Amino acid sequence: MLRILALLALLAPLAAGATDAATSAAKIVKQGNGKGAAPCMACHGVDGGGMEATGYPRLAGLDAAYLQRQLDDFANGTRANPVMQPNASALSEAERAALAKYYSAMPLPARLAKPVAAKPDAAGERLATRGDWSRELPGCVQCHAPGGVGVGANFPPLAGQPAAYIEAQLRAWQQGTRHNDPLALMQHVAKQLTPQEIEAVAGWFAAQPLPRKEGAP
Amino acid sequence: MKSLPLVWFGALALAACSHPAPEAPAAAKLAPAASVAKATSEPAQAKTLPAFTPPAEADIPTGPLGDEIRRGMAIFTDTPEHAHDYVGNGLSCSNCHLDAGRLANSAPLWGAWGVYPQYRKKNGRVNSFGERLQGCFRFSMNGKAPPLDSDVIVALQTYAWWMAKGAPAGEKLAGAGYPKQGFKPPQPPDYARGAAVYAKDCALCHGADGQGQQVAGRNVFPPLWGPQSFNWGAGMHELDNAAAFIKANMPLSRGGTLSDQDAWDVAMYMDAHERPQDPRYAGDVAATRAKYHDTPMSLYGTTVNGHLLGSGTAK
Repeated sequence: MLRILALLALLAPLAAGATDAATSAAKIVKQGNGKGAAPCMACHGVDGGGMEATGYPRLAGLDAAYLQRQLDDFANGTRANPVMQPNASALSEAERAALAKYYSAMPLPARLAKPVAAKPDAAGERLATRGDWSRELPGCVQCHAPGGVGVGANFPPLAGQPAAYIEAQLRAWQQGTRHNDPLALMQHVAKQLTPQEIEAVAGWFAAQPLPRKEGAP
Repeated sequence: MKSLPLVWFGALALAACSHPAPEAPAAAKLAPAASVAKATSEPAQAKTLPAFTPPAEADIPTGPLGDEIRRGMAIFTDTPEHAHDYVGNGLSCSNCHLDAGRLANSAPLWGAWGVYPQYRKKNGRVNSFGERLQGCFRFSMNGKAPPLDSDVIVALQTYAWWMAKGAPAGEKLAGAGYPKQGFKPPQPPDYARGAAVYAKDCALCHGADGQGQQVAGRNVFPPLWGPQSFNWGAGMHELDNAAAFIKANMPLSRGGTLSDQDAWDVAMYMDAHERPQDPRYAGDVAATRAKYHDTPMSLYGTTVNGHLLGSGTAK
């Protein structure tokens, strides 16, 4: 019994530490961190699902390592964005890690399980699924997985992200204001796209249904 | 495979082959005679081959013939799903024949259709196109050959026939196969350098362990070695094929960006890993090497990092 108590006593600070991190992430999401970082949910939604109209992206259910790298890159300026740079810079490294973990564990909002009104666009679908190899363009799904559900820490999901968000990122890759892509894959790909193609392919992915659980069928 | 320079390689193969047990430590290092390789390098492709552009997918006809073409394309691009009885790994044809078999320098179907029937040293007789496809299933897919009159072979043949419509029959076309002609490593390929190239340019997609990346149990990025990859009888296990494919096509969308040396080094790194046994296994590794892999382009039966390649127990 004593041993168990001793063990519990030893473990208690660990457990408390884990809870603290979770609380602080949840608190930052709702209230900000009191040091200049705004509440995340103001833009990314109470459910972490983002906002279609404004193009704020979904964070719920994304890969933790991916989210953390983005926050770090906003903070160090590798990824330029007038809203996110000051917010990420106001977060400590531990807070960024905790937030990444928090959002990755967040369940996918039910409202995103069914697609937004489909924009049937053959050109967008073709680029997304088959690419255009005459320009060395693979289909987007060759790296972002069939349906655009994302793969691991380096190929984030595109399905169900707001079209305005996907468009803005493709333009940022194209213009080099976003350049935190491994092997410069996205910068290279985006530079081949016309404005019409960016709109078409973003619209196609925004309309793709999200699997209930990331990576599950 | 003819003008292989590779005294150094021959030396490696010989050494490793006749003494499988002792270690060929930096097997990959094969250091001697870089100058020999250089001296024998020859001018690239001399004569101009006819160019060909395959018909657009939008022009696949409607009706039963079009349906068969589309079925062939579906098998080609998702082989485990549409030809599962004949596939023993997680690969699809389109993993090594990019753009659904349409891309030049990625062994496009339109470049293969017109050059069969063809005599093949691999099995010492004239092979029909269908038999060539059977070979893909047996080796690259580590599966079993679909019968020649099976719907799988007929659909794939129909797809290839359609894609080659209008190409001159019996002629080698520009962009057919992988661009191996005259493609030689400046220095003998090196395992350790290959590992560094792999970590920098390949692991992002294929994983640090070479096992690719999967979503919902299906490959998004294919495994390059190990039980779910091509077997020791597949063409891609030969260094010149792998190096030419990699140089022309990898990383995906960035073909041509690796140096020749990097492409050869990383090809060697990939092909110096264990993979499923050659289905023609002749009882022991040395005999199988002597019978089927007696070429400096194959590491089968050689010892790399203390492991006799082809002896199983993948690492």
